[in-house]
Amino acid sequence: MGRAWKFGHDIDTDAIIPARYMNRSEPEHLAAHCMEDADVSFAPNVKKGDIIVAGKNFGCGSSREHAPIAIKAAGVKAVIAESYARIFYRNALNIGLPILECPEAVAGIEAGDEVEVDLVSGRIENKTKKATFQARPFPPFMQELINAGGLIPYVKEKTKNA
Amino acid sequence: MGMTISEKILAAHAGLDKVVPGEIINAKLDIVHANDVTGPVAIKEFNKLGLEQVFDKEKITLVPDHFTPNKDIPSAEQSKVMKEFAQKMEIKHYWEVGRVGIEHCLLPEQGVVLPGDLIIGADSHTCTYGALGAFATGVGSTDCAAGMATGEAWFRVPESLKFVFHGTRFQPWVSGKDLILYIIGKIGVDGARYKAMEFAGEGIRCLSMDNRLTICNMAIEAGAKTGIIEPDEITLEYVKPRAKREYKVYKSDPDAVYEKIYEFNTEEIPLQVAFPHLPENTKSVDEASGLKIDQIVIGSCTNGRLEDLEVTAKILKGKKIHPEVRCLIFPGTQQILLEAMRRGWIETMIEAGAAVSTPTCGPCLGGHMGILAKGERALSTTNRNFVGRMGHPQSEVYLCNPAVAAASAVRGEIVHPREVMNNG
Repeated sequence: MGRAWKFGHDIDTDAIIPARYMNRSEPEHLAAHCMEDADVSFAPNVKKGDIIVAGKNFGCGSSREHAPIAIKAAGVKAVIAESYARIFYRNALNIGLPILECPEAVAGIEAGDEVEVDLVSGRIENKTKKATFQARPFPPFMQELINAGGLIPYVKEKTKNA
Repeated sequence: MGMTISEKILAAHAGLDKVVPGEIINAKLDIVHANDVTGPVAIKEFNKLGLEQVFDKEKITLVPDHFTPNKDIPSAEQSKVMKEFAQKMEIKHYWEVGRVGIEHCLLPEQGVVLPGDLIIGADSHTCTYGALGAFATGVGSTDCAAGMATGEAWFRVPESLKFVFHGTRFQPWVSGKDLILYIIGKIGVDGARYKAMEFAGEGIRCLSMDNRLTICNMAIEAGAKTGIIEPDEITLEYVKPRAKREYKVYKSDPDAVYEKIYEFNTEEIPLQVAFPHLPENTKSVDEASGLKIDQIVIGSCTNGRLEDLEVTAKILKGKKIHPEVRCLIFPGTQQILLEAMRRGWIETMIEAGAAVSTPTCGPCLGGHMGILAKGERALSTTNRNFVGRMGHPQSEVYLCNPAVAAASAVRGEIVHPREVMNNG
């Protein structure tokens, strides 16, 4: 169970991890500046297991994989958004950052609410408000990637058999 | 039922006769690209696979352009990782500083990306190459690593949106930049999310390659997977002297299916300015008129090409940059810089009081070479005006075309170019 951090629409990857910190790519360095230009209080206060809840088009802008890496390394258990920008969506799946699409949950969760997420079933429970939501299921191919543990293990298996 | 140019390229590279939107395919790649920010992360992932070589050393492009010439020690380390990888893997398309340019100006110029190609690049503006009639899309470092290893990637075949421009007459000083900003203003930053944006009509066919590259470059700012234009005589005139390998021209079928068709008249489009902090916040330049500016940036993968420098020089000729303004100009490649120098444009810019840089992405992403202080305002020909994009989180970036940027540099505030060109 974790606390919800709430963000608005069109949170871009520059807000998630500003380019001024991308002269290095170590996950812990990126985590220390995660969401800095959207909410400076996030990185110093986020706790392992917390959840990011955001509006539409989360992760728009640049292709930087540093963005999902920063969120994952900051200890965030999952991102719940109304929708995702496509490169961020691919990157998150590829590196194993759980992301859920669920506009109803976004509407039903406020900052600071205690939220439980079941990543297997996609069930989202707002413990504070005593409400449950169901995230949209992943398409079968994406589920296969997730089950393999991300793209690199998936490719490793494939190149081994080639 | 016919196919769009995007569907044809994807089908051909997946070894299929036909694909439909929504279908997941595995396709062979012609080019896999990365830069000095995304490349080192991709190389780290590639190394996890334990492979001795890349799938094809002629089909990978590594371009150190973001923080180069290296701005600090960590950046230098990142560039070194990429250089050593390029040497070890004998990557053909790697350029050192002095020969390198801004990736999306350099690769089309060098004939490395060609019509009909399927391209992934670990940079969101990879969609630029759609102007050549290629299907090119931005990915992250891990997708790039997998591409370097296997020469393949998975794709969800996107729905296509068609943007038709009727007419060939434009308002004075209007360019490709204004067309794409106008579209983004209409459909929003997620208006083409996951989709292919196809630009068509006589209003596109009459445009130069430089303008077409600018349009496709910013498709990502509407959330698109790619922006694409059918090759025509203008495309082939650009491509033929540059191509060093075979390429294929694909065109959309007359009965191809589009999710939506948008139609515009070229004459209706005024000069655009996108206000902070999203590219969709567009207004006409007259609505932005009078806003004081601290810094002008002309260049980038969006507007760092020869015609962009030409219009800049035309406006700056015989004038002076406003005393309180910094005007920074970033030609896209060494070849562009050299040609502008030969034509006397660089001299014009320097005499006007502008700073002309070696090619780099530099300030566009708040990297280096022109960072904004708290409260400062920039007017820029780049592609994004997000919070903190060019520096301090409390600075502002406004987006426009090179003519508006150059005219505003002279006036010290946002102006329509006619305001400074009254006498010529």
